[in-house]
Amino acid sequence: MSTPKTILTVDDSRTMRDMLLMTLVDAGYDVVQAEDGEDGLVKLGDRRPDAIITDINMPKLDGFGFIEAVRADPANRSLPILVLTTESEMDRKERARMAGATGWIVKPFNPTKLLDALRRVGA
Amino acid sequence: MTRDSRYPTLSADAMASIRAVFFEECEENLSALETGLLALQEGAEDWEIINTVFRAVHSIKGGASIFSLDALIDFAHLFESALSQVRARELALDGGIIKTLLKAADALTDLVRAARVGQEVDPAVVAPLIDELANLVAVVAEDDDGFGDLAFTPVPVTLDSLEGPGSSTGLTLHFRPAAELYAKANDPVLLLQELERLGAMEVTLDRSALPMLGDLQADESYLAWTIVHSVGDADAVREVFEFVQGDCQLEIIGETKPLLPQAEIAPAAATPVEAPVASNSQAAANPGQTIRVDLERVDRMIDLVSELVINQSILIQRMAAEPLSNRAEVNAVLEDLDKLTREIQDSVMAIRAQPVKAVFQRMSRLVREVEAMTGKSVQLVTEGDATEVDRTVIERLSDPLTHMIRNAIDHGIESKEQRLAVGKLAQGTVRIAASHRGGRIVIEVSDDGAGINRERVRAIAVERGVITADANPSSEEIDNLIFAAGFSTSEAVTDLSGRGVGMDVVRSSVQALGGRISVTSVEGRGSTFTLSLPLTLAVMDGMLVSVGGHSLVAPLTTLIESFQVNAADVRRLGPSSAILTIRGAPVPLLDLASVMGFASDQTESGRRVALLVEDDAGGRAALLVDEILGQQQVVIKSLEANYRNVPGVAAATILGDGRVALILDVSGILALQRRTFATPGPQTQAA
Repeated sequence: MSTPKTILTVDDSRTMRDMLLMTLVDAGYDVVQAEDGEDGLVKLGDRRPDAIITDINMPKLDGFGFIEAVRADPANRSLPILVLTTESEMDRKERARMAGATGWIVKPFNPTKLLDALRRVGA
Repeated sequence: MTRDSRYPTLSADAMASIRAVFFEECEENLSALETGLLALQEGAEDWEIINTVFRAVHSIKGGASIFSLDALIDFAHLFESALSQVRARELALDGGIIKTLLKAADALTDLVRAARVGQEVDPAVVAPLIDELANLVAVVAEDDDGFGDLAFTPVPVTLDSLEGPGSSTGLTLHFRPAAELYAKANDPVLLLQELERLGAMEVTLDRSALPMLGDLQADESYLAWTIVHSVGDADAVREVFEFVQGDCQLEIIGETKPLLPQAEIAPAAATPVEAPVASNSQAAANPGQTIRVDLERVDRMIDLVSELVINQSILIQRMAAEPLSNRAEVNAVLEDLDKLTREIQDSVMAIRAQPVKAVFQRMSRLVREVEAMTGKSVQLVTEGDATEVDRTVIERLSDPLTHMIRNAIDHGIESKEQRLAVGKLAQGTVRIAASHRGGRIVIEVSDDGAGINRERVRAIAVERGVITADANPSSEEIDNLIFAAGFSTSEAVTDLSGRGVGMDVVRSSVQALGGRISVTSVEGRGSTFTLSLPLTLAVMDGMLVSVGGHSLVAPLTTLIESFQVNAADVRRLGPSSAILTIRGAPVPLLDLASVMGFASDQTESGRRVALLVEDDAGGRAALLVDEILGQQQVVIKSLEANYRNVPGVAAATILGDGRVALILDVSGILALQRRTFATPGPQTQAA
């Protein structure tokens, strides 16, 4: 079997982190968790995850800032970043894209859609 | 979609554990929400606070959606909308709006708690707030479609064929990625793969835009594709391009449905700009690192440490019996052991210690509710929120505090008109302050109201037989009459603060915690209730005495002094009652052996040692004992939990030698004695 793909999840809500963790692990991914943008950058470090899933509303460093910081490193140019957003936050979706997000996952959280979205960005 | 089918991959156990985490997190969010709103109310218009408040509600909504908690989701959504307008500075934060937000936070708390136990909140409670929030949200013109702020290149779409629905002639797509598509790590190859999942297709690469090698820019986009797809479902196709919308040109030809609204909207002139979030302001939102531990484990540890304390004192006692020559070397080690044991005990107790903030916070809700009921305007000021005390004490602090605050607002604080008339601010202040004093926690509840009306208290006390008509109590004694049993009746208090409970009940619940309560009051300036409680209910310092061959422990907090009884100072009143005069003041003298019902081999007159004790109400008595064995820290073992409630006995403990000793309930003993004394006439005893 090939090495499992690694996903970095960044969310300040434990509930959401747990939900992501259980769904992703169940689907055969390795998961690295971070609880806000700053923590996300630390956890990313020199890692080369296959994708990042990040929340937007977070303390310390929000999702926009986090994505911009990740993208600022040329090495992460082709790293897919999915943002967790809600249907009512269209403007945030756009802002996340401007920051460099590859795609998004609409809350309420749906495991099937999450895995679909990962596949769509090649992770 | 049912909940089961939504999370087919997750086991019931996994979902249950996530649910538990969700509700735990909800409590944290609710607390952050209230703290934040209160800070905003204080006038701190801090961007990070507004953000924290918003995030708290947002997070609750997000989690609730996992579990389809619809009532909670809907309310949180509305709440979030209002907060989002505050955040966008579309809604100015004035006192009225913050009040609404605070009430909404209360309602959200109710909804969360109800959802946790699978219940529903009475719609009548939430409905008014839904209206209030909806009004706030409606004040700002709503951009209802939610697309108004979109900033992207419109997708040119050819309206070649708008045939009737059901035509499945397939679609032709012209897809030309822009450079931005690549910059966001999207990949045309993946998009084509996705398209292929929908059905058979034929792809043609258009590389006509590709320049000569020398002109090639690494981050430019030169390729385009034309796809002839067998599937006619344009929505499904559009979904594939969802992530790259605006980062490509996409023409869908042969589609059978009207266009997406997005494609018809002109791009907004400007991107919404939000003030940057200060990334270095870590604020109070993120205190030190913590771990979560099951409470049972902590309790188990406390039990073990308690055993250790007992063992250590056994060791010290055994050593004391040894000849001095054997002891000398061991003594230094024993002293260290003693010190270490106490330190471990303190550290373990500190794990259970929690700041009183949690209880204080609940009080602000109470104040709002009582304000609404009484029509008075009251500001709650809290001090020493971070003061820590054992969680069992915290849990049992809520009721007495609730009652005292209700009382303070209902009886203490005057109406706005009355306050203005005497030159006070229309808004009254209730202050709760916690601090550590001499190994105890002291909580003061004060108000700047009218103070205790002593004339009226005295009249009621006489009327209810608490004191005699000719008694001449001092001001302080009058103030403390309100704690006397039988003082508060439904007539003496209003429906609001009364609720069938008087201050005597508050006093007894405080006493049950090993605490004391007293009041001071200045007419026209307000009253202060002072509550003093032990930091923990698990151990206490006691005076070990022996009576009739039994060991008993008198709580050190009740002990005033111990002394030799001089027969000349004793005046007998009857077979079982006597008065002892100490420095001119008479106190009842009780033979502890007969109070406890011990068969005595020593005559009462043979006992010459007594403890002068005082109960929480200030009542005193001298207790005759055989011998004073010394001061000792004891671990409290509930007698009620292990046996049953025994009058005059507060609890039990295990002594160093392994024997069980009863811990005296001094208030209980004095009450027993009072009953004996009071038999001839009910008015002998003042409070």
